[in-house]
Amino acid sequence: MKRGLRYVIFVVPVLLMVGFLGILWAGLGHNPSIVPSPLIGKSAPTLILPRLRHPAQMVNRSYFLGHVTLLNVWASWCISCRYEHPTLLWLKRKGVRILGVDYKDKRTAALDYLRKNGNPYQEVVFDRRGLTTINWGVYGTPETFVVGPHAIIRYKYVGPISLRVARRVIYPLVRRLDSDGPST
Amino acid sequence: MTRAYFLFCLICLLALPGRAYAIENHPPLANPVLESRYEHLTEEIRCLVCQDQNIANSPAPLAADLRYEVRRMLKAGRSNRGIKAYLVHRYGDFVLFKPPLQSDTWVLWFGPFLAVAAGLILVAVLAWQRHRTYRKEHHEALTP
Repeated sequence: MKRGLRYVIFVVPVLLMVGFLGILWAGLGHNPSIVPSPLIGKSAPTLILPRLRHPAQMVNRSYFLGHVTLLNVWASWCISCRYEHPTLLWLKRKGVRILGVDYKDKRTAALDYLRKNGNPYQEVVFDRRGLTTINWGVYGTPETFVVGPHAIIRYKYVGPISLRVARRVIYPLVRRLDSDGPST
Repeated sequence: MTRAYFLFCLICLLALPGRAYAIENHPPLANPVLESRYEHLTEEIRCLVCQDQNIANSPAPLAADLRYEVRRMLKAGRSNRGIKAYLVHRYGDFVLFKPPLQSDTWVLWFGPFLAVAAGLILVAVLAWQRHRTYRKEHHEALTP
């Protein structure tokens, strides 16, 4: 009995310590600047924004209906967006439909940027004050959402998408959602 | 506008807490109740760009936008709970500095108390054990 108790007294703290170290170890690999979005699996929030090229025309949530869409928040002043740009162009070549949300930008600067670097977007809307993007839980540029054909948010990526992530995660997801989209 | 009144206003302004003129880029809300709720709320909401600051103290543009949204919702008559729910729905629980008490934060809130209780129980058991062996040995020593 006494030996049993002593055994417990030595083993339990060791196990607790190992568990605690395990949690800390797992925490080392965690990037705190990437905040998981609670919007995944939920209906896309309201979006009513003017088109970049034609400010008098508005784009709203119905844009998502019927197609898988990538919503990409970017700006001409955003440096990481430049790293991401070739990936977006690659996705466009693969036939992915991308809606660009130009965040806190100047129209002329944004149009210049697209003229110089190529335009991966099927449509670009202009969020001058950045308040619509708050409605989407965006806290920086670039951020990208994969929105299903019923305007349900399926995935969110924070930061520039590398070609690797596009090939391995985003493009396969778009294909999958596209294939089971029209039937459901 | 007498000089005394002006002086009084100046003293009042100087007595305001530092944050009021450090970051805030808007005049206070006309309704003092709303303004105090606003100050309270912005201190509880995390700026997601500079994560260890609340939006009341953060100079980040996103924090200014979030403050604007909080003000807009206050003026629209939303409750504190409703405003927090709006932000949590979009940014997750992480946007609140004080984590809410719910099933997945139970360990966070009560874990430390449980650990202390477990430690106290362990100490009590050890003390009792030692006390018993001591008494036994003592007793045997007295009876040859």
